[in-house]
Amino acid sequence: MADYTEMWRNLGLNLENHAGLLAVLNEGYKNIYLSQKGRPRGMEYFDFVISEVHGLRIKEITEAKQAGRKVVGTFCVYVPEEIVLAADGVCIGLCAGAEVGSDEAEKFIPRNTCALIKAFMGFKLAGLCPYIELTDLIVGETTCDGKKKAYEIFQNITGKVYVMEIPNMKNDESKRLWHGEVVKFKETVEAITKKTITVENLKRGASLANGKRRALQRLSRLRAADPAPISGLDALLINQVSFYDDPVRFTQMTDKLCAELEERIKQGFGVASKGARRVLISGSPMAIPNWKLHSIIEGAGAVVVGEESCVGERNFRDLLDENFSTVDEGLGKMAERYLEIDCACFTPNDERLENIKSMTQKLHADGVIHYALQFCTPYMMEAYKVEKALGRIPFMRLETDYSMEDVGQLKTRVEAFLEMVK
Amino acid sequence: MKALGIDIGSRYIKGALVEKGKWLDFQRAETSFDPLEKCDQMLTEMPADRVMATGYGRHLLEVHADIKTITEIKAFAKGARAFFSNCHTILDIGGQDTKVIALNDQGNVWKFEMNDRCAAGTGKFLEIMATNLGYSLEEFGSRALTAHQEIQLSSMCTVFAESEVVSLTAKGVAREEIAMAIHRAIINRVASMAKRFLLQDEVVFAGGCAHNPCLKALLEQNLRRNIRVGSIPEMTGALGAALFAEEDGI
Repeated sequence: MADYTEMWRNLGLNLENHAGLLAVLNEGYKNIYLSQKGRPRGMEYFDFVISEVHGLRIKEITEAKQAGRKVVGTFCVYVPEEIVLAADGVCIGLCAGAEVGSDEAEKFIPRNTCALIKAFMGFKLAGLCPYIELTDLIVGETTCDGKKKAYEIFQNITGKVYVMEIPNMKNDESKRLWHGEVVKFKETVEAITKKTITVENLKRGASLANGKRRALQRLSRLRAADPAPISGLDALLINQVSFYDDPVRFTQMTDKLCAELEERIKQGFGVASKGARRVLISGSPMAIPNWKLHSIIEGAGAVVVGEESCVGERNFRDLLDENFSTVDEGLGKMAERYLEIDCACFTPNDERLENIKSMTQKLHADGVIHYALQFCTPYMMEAYKVEKALGRIPFMRLETDYSMEDVGQLKTRVEAFLEMVK
Repeated sequence: MKALGIDIGSRYIKGALVEKGKWLDFQRAETSFDPLEKCDQMLTEMPADRVMATGYGRHLLEVHADIKTITEIKAFAKGARAFFSNCHTILDIGGQDTKVIALNDQGNVWKFEMNDRCAAGTGKFLEIMATNLGYSLEEFGSRALTAHQEIQLSSMCTVFAESEVVSLTAKGVAREEIAMAIHRAIINRVASMAKRFLLQDEVVFAGGCAHNPCLKALLEQNLRRNIRVGSIPEMTGALGAALFAEEDGI
């Protein structure tokens, strides 16, 4: 990796902490990822992207900024990426998957806050996230109480937070509210980028976002094969990278990888033996570099075949209908598309139950592990309904965070679950 | 053919030797800071044709001597059935986790619950509290049963409960009564975990804590049913592992 120290210093990162973070990240990546057997060649690109996660990509975005493009950071798959792309902005899903800066974060928010919220506060406060420093706008949203209130504090710290109101129900009034939010977001992006959203550029944005979704859908379908052509860890990584990589390049590289996986499936080649136990993970998002549960499950000899998660299926399940002829019509379709997302912040949220059942079937999962971040009440609560809906399909719920202190207990639970699934 | 099961728990290592489903020998040693040495000793002193490891430290042996492993959940299911052929529910208060395991009619694990990561409601909590009150673990339960008055502990957290015990002692509360309150606090926790299942007989209390008469009595009171305890409950996991090793079905 080139020397980026100057760039990081200019971004105001805490160089000492940051060097520590990268060292831990590289070490973890080596142990968890590079030690896997039989990885597809196409993963080399993603290995490279990770090795340059705070390097080359940051340099690219810095150059894009110098060329006049604006950077929008998000924390939720409800934020319409198409609008940012239409205005030639760079859209980045922000870092929130590691236990860093907790002490700093706890000066502002309670200890009993979910790891994801603590992490995005921590990354900023400890001076560890170059992406946050590059943003011109940080978009929050009202999905859960924790995030909602944390954004108020985050606004005091960064001064560039904009919050979208996500309704809690999906009735006509909520649909109107959300549609209004999408229109307002478009205006906000226009104001920041000083660009007008037109039908043409909105279509371009839609096509970029859909391209990425199609590639991820293709990857998801290929994971249905037995033997599994790719590990759950690698597939999770690709999903995580999709939030911050250049969309055109990401789509190309993911498609290339998928072509390789198709070849593997034809030859009956897999990363695990045929008949290895297959697990679907369902629940809270796993932001980069949260690879904890996947590595435990796959370390025990099973394969993760899907993530019913925002970093996963919820992000790419639905395409935006590109067949619109005015900006208004496009925004209308967009509002509809996004309101299909089955986040646990909605009530009721029965679509999610159907989606989990359908994923279990399509991906030939032998069992479902429900993953909730500790203190993530919406998902913790829904676990009950998921278990009921799955009937006789083996099910286990886990609650955990980013720390490593419970890995021993999780291993025992996961292994005991896999013994049951057999 | 002899088969050895080794259950490496957080507090004790248990070894059980079986032949044709019959019990030959068993050993127990403190896990200490060098569990592998203790395991090696058992492997030498109880030579077997097949070995299976279970318990929290099972992977140690897997790496050390290429020994197969199963989780203690599965091992307990097998071991408990060997003691009680109609067992459908197992309660285990272990050194660092407390488990409730439900079995189907065939004796396979159907569901299980484990406590969260903290030490509340575990054997370790009991051990710390016994030490605080100056009891040995062996006498702790029987002495608690001699309490006359009922007092409540308000905290289940090991750290908070410890200071609560100090303040109760300072108030002059008899230590038998404090001991009883500690037992009750643990059982409330285990029972609430157990109540998440439809409890089916026989309910077996397994693991070393099952020797404690007060825990057993309180469990029976709380769950309103008979609880069965085997002759050597601490060997449940090791025995289960040994029986699996003998079948070598895994």
